[in-house]
Amino acid sequence: MLGFIIQRFLQAVVVMAVMSVIVFCGVYAIGNPIDIVIPPEATQEIREAAIRRLGLDLPLYKQYFIFMGNLLQGDLGRSFVYNVPVLELIGGRLPATLELVLISVISATVLGVSLGVYAGYRPESWISKTIMGVSVLGFSVPSFWVGLILILFFAVNLGWLPAGGRGETVEIWGVAWSFPTLDGLSHIVLPAVNLALFKLAMMIRLARAGTREIMLTDTIKFARAAGISEGTILRRHLLKLISIPILTVFGLELGSTLAFAVVTETIFSWPGVGKLIIDSIGVLDRPVMVAYLILVAFLFVTINFVIDLVFALIDPRVRQGATS
Amino acid sequence: MKTASTPLGRFWAEFRENKVAVVALVVVILMMLLALFAAFVSPQNPYDMANLSLMDSRRPPGFVGSGGYTHLLGTDPQGRDLLSAIFYGLRISIQIGLAAGIVSLSLGTTLGILAAYIGGRVETLIMRAVDLQLSFPAILLALVIVAMLGQGKAQLIGALVAAQYAYFARTAYGAAKAERGKDYIEAALATPMSGRLVVLRHLLPNCTPPLIVVATVQIANSISLEATLSFLGLGLPVTEPSLGMLISNGFPYMMSGRYWISFYPGVALIILIVAINLVGDQIRDQFNPRLRK
Repeated sequence: MLGFIIQRFLQAVVVMAVMSVIVFCGVYAIGNPIDIVIPPEATQEIREAAIRRLGLDLPLYKQYFIFMGNLLQGDLGRSFVYNVPVLELIGGRLPATLELVLISVISATVLGVSLGVYAGYRPESWISKTIMGVSVLGFSVPSFWVGLILILFFAVNLGWLPAGGRGETVEIWGVAWSFPTLDGLSHIVLPAVNLALFKLAMMIRLARAGTREIMLTDTIKFARAAGISEGTILRRHLLKLISIPILTVFGLELGSTLAFAVVTETIFSWPGVGKLIIDSIGVLDRPVMVAYLILVAFLFVTINFVIDLVFALIDPRVRQGATS
Repeated sequence: MKTASTPLGRFWAEFRENKVAVVALVVVILMMLLALFAAFVSPQNPYDMANLSLMDSRRPPGFVGSGGYTHLLGTDPQGRDLLSAIFYGLRISIQIGLAAGIVSLSLGTTLGILAAYIGGRVETLIMRAVDLQLSFPAILLALVIVAMLGQGKAQLIGALVAAQYAYFARTAYGAAKAERGKDYIEAALATPMSGRLVVLRHLLPNCTPPLIVVATVQIANSISLEATLSFLGLGLPVTEPSLGMLISNGFPYMMSGRYWISFYPGVALIILIVAINLVGDQIRDQFNPRLRK
């Protein structure tokens, strides 16, 4: 088991190193930040001084090593535009995004699994067919358009919910959160629904496929023969058996939802990291872009690592496969 | 009914049984024709400035403009007839989707089959890169690449290809790896036929069914991804408005209740994507041996 952990950990470190090089080089290729940072009327001396100060006169590999050296000390550089440490900038925006992503993914999972198990348990009923039809729509319809329709319907036409912003926030441990207040909650509803729809469709399909498969197995037959009630079979046996793929997808989706929040945050002017990155791309704020991408890559690698470990704990075949 | 003898004929006979898929196919073909002949079916050329009048801007559906005809779907902020703008936008969206789909199909298939055929280090290198990329969401990759390359059609297609080729590579690799071990490939390799010919004549054709399925899904995906990028302002330049750009243009007016500017281009986009997906679903079911009767 220890060998397995070490092996996976080293893999994760290598992936992170490769990603940091790709991200750094990729972002380095974007435009020339000098034109944005320095006003066009600046003299030649000021220009050159600024270039030196930002370290943009050094060759690319030196910039990378400086960047990595700083990164390992927890310093991701300063934003060209806001002139504050990037970590502070992203850290200030992260709670808003995390709040949105967690609420979306958790509610999509809870609701999706319940609906999916039902659709798998009673595949012929009209409710199941409706659920599956809706899940197809959730897959096909581009999420940004759904966001617009949600705004049009619930914010503009009905006037029930606000169309943008975070609303009233409460400070907990020095961080502002929206979910504890009623006003904040009303602001979360639309973006969370928008972000959750795709995940919901996916969870429904996953849970349904798993349920249909497992209901036909001997485990269920014997449980029924033993006279266990259907409710107990569903709760004790079925849920346990379908939980492995669902747990995996839950982890992976957490990361991809974080990335997809970019779109939702832009539509609902949600002041999270996603909106920050879109704005930064617009003005070529290089350190912010690099830091964001490294952060997302780090989250992905960490989530994959954790999933591997959980898998190894649950399923001994994974452990053995890795060492042999 | 006459039984079709060619494989394509048999395929079509089975396809025809699913009425929903047939309707979807008709819709896809119809939309492609509309896009192709946009210049003939549109009431106006939305990009000829001489045709436009600001007096006509942001008018609701059914408004009779200065051109003397009815704007069935209303007009946009520049006074363009929205129906015409949708036809032209459809053209750009389909163009980009097809181009990105075809390039990623070729690139991904080549890489996947090479990895499976050559094996060894090449295999490890290619598939590791592909797997690494697949663990990242396509939207994020496309976003970064568009930001890196700047705006324009070619850049956008490049970004979509970079975000999507990996799906084809995975599929082609899986199929080719399975075929590679079969006796007919070994037999073909034992003949004086060159390895390249074996790959092209025998390996590639047997890998196509799953690739066709992935291709339909990915074309729909790249149309959707392009619309999303354009909506975020990172897609095409304003001079070439795809459906996503039209939706984006109408977004600010939605708050004041002028819904049609965003709404109708979105409806067109969804009909296109759902129709392509339905056709793809049917093809996938037909290729799936487990669902065979």
